[in-house]
Amino acid sequence: MGLINDKMKEKVIEVRNLVKKFGSFVANDHLNFDVYKGEIFGFLGANGAGKTTAMRILCGLSSPTSGEAKVAGFDIYRETEKVKRNIGYMSQKFSLYEDLTIAENIRFFSGIYGISPKDRKAKQDILLRDLGVESSKDSLIGSLPLGWKQKLAFSVAIFHEPKIVFLDEPTGGVDPITRRKFWDLIYEASDRGITVFVTTHYMDEAEYCNRVSIMAEGRIEALDTPENLKKQYSAKNMDEVFLKIARNTE
Amino acid sequence: MKFETTFMKQFIGFLKKEFLHIFRDPRTMVIIFLLPIVQLLLFGKVINNDLQDSKIGIFDRSHDNTTREITSKLLSSGYFILGEELLPGDDVEDVFRKGKVKMLVTFGPEFEKSLERDGKAEVQLLADASDPNTARILTNYAAGIINDYVKKEKLQNIQLPNQINTEVRMLYNEGLKSVYMFVPGIMAMILMLISAMMTSISISREKELGTMEVLLASPLKPIQIILGKVTPYLLLSFINTITIILLGVFVFGVPIKGSFLLLMAESFLFILMALSLGILISTVAPNQMVAMFISVLALMLPTILLSGFIFPIKNMPWPLQVLSHAMPPRWFIVIIRNIMLKGTGILFVWKETLILMFMTFVFIALSIKNFKIRLE
Repeated sequence: MGLINDKMKEKVIEVRNLVKKFGSFVANDHLNFDVYKGEIFGFLGANGAGKTTAMRILCGLSSPTSGEAKVAGFDIYRETEKVKRNIGYMSQKFSLYEDLTIAENIRFFSGIYGISPKDRKAKQDILLRDLGVESSKDSLIGSLPLGWKQKLAFSVAIFHEPKIVFLDEPTGGVDPITRRKFWDLIYEASDRGITVFVTTHYMDEAEYCNRVSIMAEGRIEALDTPENLKKQYSAKNMDEVFLKIARNTE
Repeated sequence: MKFETTFMKQFIGFLKKEFLHIFRDPRTMVIIFLLPIVQLLLFGKVINNDLQDSKIGIFDRSHDNTTREITSKLLSSGYFILGEELLPGDDVEDVFRKGKVKMLVTFGPEFEKSLERDGKAEVQLLADASDPNTARILTNYAAGIINDYVKKEKLQNIQLPNQINTEVRMLYNEGLKSVYMFVPGIMAMILMLISAMMTSISISREKELGTMEVLLASPLKPIQIILGKVTPYLLLSFINTITIILLGVFVFGVPIKGSFLLLMAESFLFILMALSLGILISTVAPNQMVAMFISVLALMLPTILLSGFIFPIKNMPWPLQVLSHAMPPRWFIVIIRNIMLKGTGILFVWKETLILMFMTFVFIALSIKNFKIRLE
């Protein structure tokens, strides 16, 4: 996927000069980037680089100090409600209720997004079949293996078919095989036209993204496809790219 | 119109989820449904300052009509039962040492005769003061009964010069039953526990599990989240208020002299105050442990110790007396006692009511302020 093609695509996230300060600490220093429809956009950076802050702003969980941003075509200052209706969000902690069953979780979250019971039932059947968990429909989430929980959390986050889904370090604490399977789900969502905005600090995951941005000290230091970044920094893999950028900013 | 229906549908979906959380958690269920009843029964029945059926010994060296009548008065008062009848030559200390009696009543010889002849007679009350409070109460009660009898039955015809009779009546709680004190206190405690503590724990749990972020990133409005969190506990607190009042009235015979409606309205105000306090705690506490810790330390202990529920405020050192003004239960207990025991109306509790309203307002304002800071 080349840059020329990207530019012709529909922009679903536009960020211009976005600044977020906490007192005198600058968490996001004039961020500028676009994310295109159906893209898997990796948002990388060391802990404290400001990626979670930026993502929280785009999700409407926090308001910026200055700058402009549009998410799903809506202004994040004035149209927060519309932004929220068009995004999905999955936090680091799986974000399903452990003391509720799979079906109850789905019912609750579809209720929030105003999905009718009829639509819910139809979609729920497909979801359970695809994940192969039909027989566990009435099991409590707490009793399921970690890998299942994670896949379910992702499926619930895109249950209302948002334009963009934000994933905040979704694969933390999961083994590589489960991680790989989780990424299959991400690809499927992307094929359906859902834009995936994902933060991670696993560099093997960075390779799976269509484009990655690398943040350090509140600024975006690099933004391109993994191939171009590797060429630019003459590195074998994303790990090296990341380390070189980290050293440069020190 | 469409907006309103989605708002309500979302809200009802949220309530269903909250009730599932409550019904699936055994600890929550115990606190909500068992604790109020157990505490009321405990305080009402077991931890009881009242005297009932204390064993006493009688050593009657006179055996005349008057001593027999006094003995039967004592034993029929409900406070005492006969543990041991002593005979001349019995070892008094032995009776106490064996723990058979708490108090010994000894009538002097020729009791009736000397009473009628000289206008005075001798009774000795020996009490086991290894438990000084009980000893004091026992002797007071016994002396009261004996004096009362002698005055009413024997001294009617004798004119004593310049005698002042003090007549004591305990208003609003004639039987001096401590359960009258405990019912309002336990109501305050339980409502604090369920409204403030459970709400703060339930909100901070969502923060801890990361689901709060998901809710905030969803189309749900913060007000829906807060109301959805608070409403189940509001309902449960109200059910508990009624349970405690019913138990108080039908098991312990506590009267409701004032307006039942006013009682309910004041309880509702107190619940609102406690809920807003719970929300405030949850804006400060990052997780369930901290929420629990703050609730116990900042709510339960002061409620028990500083509200006048167990220890009279007047007996506290002045810094604690000042501090007790900031304790919402202190005002609520005053209100409840006034309505239930004295039967007074809003005219006599408006000051306390206003204080509770003011506290509710402050807690809500602080919560909103904290909430905004967190979002920035």
